Amino acid sequence: MKKLTPIIEWGTLLFCTGTVCFYLFVILYDLIHRGAPSLSWAFISTQPSAGMTKGGILPAITGTVLLTLITAVVSVPLGISCAIYLNEYAIDSWLTRVIRACIRNLSGVPSIIYGLFGLALFVQGLRMGTSLLSAGFTLGLLSLPYIITTTEEALRRIPASTREAALAVGATQFESIRDVVLPAALPGILTGVVLTLSRAAGETAPIMFTGVAFYINSPAGYLNQEFMALPYHLYMLATQHQAIDVVRPLAYGTALVLIMVVFILNLTAFYIRYKHSKNDE
Amino acid sequence: MNIAARENFDKVVKLAIRSTGLIVIVLLGGIFFMLLYNAFAFFLKVSPMDFITGTQWTPSGKLASYGILPLLVSTTLVTIGAMVLAIPLGIGTAAFISEYAGKRLKNILKPAIEMLAAVPSVAIGFLGIVIVGPFLAHLIGQPNGLNALNGAILLSVMALPTIITVTEDALRGVPNSYKEASYGVGANKWQTLIKVTIPAAAPGILAAVMLGIGRTIGETMTVLMATGNAQAFPHGFLGSVRTITATIAIETGEVPYQTTHYFALFAIATVLFIMTLAVNIVGEYFVNRFRKYHSA
Repeated sequence: MKKLTPIIEWGTLLFCTGTVCFYLFVILYDLIHRGAPSLSWAFISTQPSAGMTKGGILPAITGTVLLTLITAVVSVPLGISCAIYLNEYAIDSWLTRVIRACIRNLSGVPSIIYGLFGLALFVQGLRMGTSLLSAGFTLGLLSLPYIITTTEEALRRIPASTREAALAVGATQFESIRDVVLPAALPGILTGVVLTLSRAAGETAPIMFTGVAFYINSPAGYLNQEFMALPYHLYMLATQHQAIDVVRPLAYGTALVLIMVVFILNLTAFYIRYKHSKNDE
Repeated sequence: MNIAARENFDKVVKLAIRSTGLIVIVLLGGIFFMLLYNAFAFFLKVSPMDFITGTQWTPSGKLASYGILPLLVSTTLVTIGAMVLAIPLGIGTAAFISEYAGKRLKNILKPAIEMLAAVPSVAIGFLGIVIVGPFLAHLIGQPNGLNALNGAILLSVMALPTIITVTEDALRGVPNSYKEASYGVGANKWQTLIKVTIPAAAPGILAAVMLGIGRTIGETMTVLMATGNAQAFPHGFLGSVRTITATIAIETGEVPYQTTHYFALFAIATVLFIMTLAVNIVGEYFVNRFRKYHSA
């Protein structure tokens, strides 16, 4: 009995870890195994046809790429600037404590509430209508707290001596940030930005009422018009199509393309982080 | 540029950067104001008592009824189910990674968990329809297996990465001297983990659970796709449910703007917002307690 207990104890933890890995395996295996047959050059380079039962998903891919770019344009400059304020300029006061509390709570706000906010503010309030721009702005706001948090972490890792050296040779504070601190923190910032954008690319709820459409007639996107996006396309094919069984292979193909986009972005981030951590040693 | 110009430029930039720091306050305040404003418009037409105690959510019927209870019970049901499944698995995995796994295994497991966190919720919902649904249907003899249990299983998968990473941080934050003292009096690795490390990390683990709950309550696409979305009052894990998030997702696209129904959706969103805010604040309280406790 005494010999058996360590095995049971160790086995319990191993079982937990194994189950979590099993989940990931099932997700990847099923999507790849059943999605791969649908993948072809035609699938990612042509328009949908015959009431979505045939053809490709080109407009959904271009829509997601454009949407992610707009998200980046909105959230990256603002987020980095806010992080610079928090880490480089701000002293620990009630104001910065409020700002930090806001950031933490913003990252906990459900994405569907960002969708409602985007609907009330951009679509109706600013009269931008349901459009690529409204949806991009909404996702930009959603991404903001994540960009701030990861950028601030990257800035915090730069030692104070680096800043002091720049100031000592006569740089102003902004010059020291621009020419010394930011370049040193760049890999860390980039990792955070790419991870945040990969999350934004997979979001569905915030774009549902702010501009995404099941079908549009052109592969290119216009800022003031509705657009198609991969996650929403998958949702519609999986639940709302009249001939669900007929379009199931297309749904699998879309899911696989979506998860590949997200994972490629993630691997890019891992690579940047890995390469950077090697340089440090 | 001369010194004076550079210093002036420095001041201008400082002011500009400082003003962007305020944006997050404006954003959170703006979201809260937007929700309250529209919820208020709703409560001008429907009494708060009917809203809170109503057991029917039938906004499009002839006699429209806006009772939040069925939605609230649905959300609570799937959240509890997800936590029952995710908390033991999450803590076990975190303990394995921080206490037992070697460096090599860690380097595989940590990216794997980040990968799991990166899977979009709509893809998880899709797998709920094509894998978990048929599996449950087969198991309990239902036609499609789209019910609260399905949603809870999927949500547990989505909450796991959060619970694991935060719990692991908490376990790693426990000072080594605690463990060494435990080993010193003759405890083995398991006894130390159960009796010393996990209790010492308890506030951090509670924070992890809170963050997991926050994520689960607010998750939309998975429950929208996997729980069946029946409007009836929920009856247990094997029945179809319709959560707050799913209701907003389904109905916001259909209702005309500025109607009672439209405002009603903002009212339930306000309830959702307050729930997640409360959960996050409780979680933050535990994080702070954990920090204070171990820095003392």
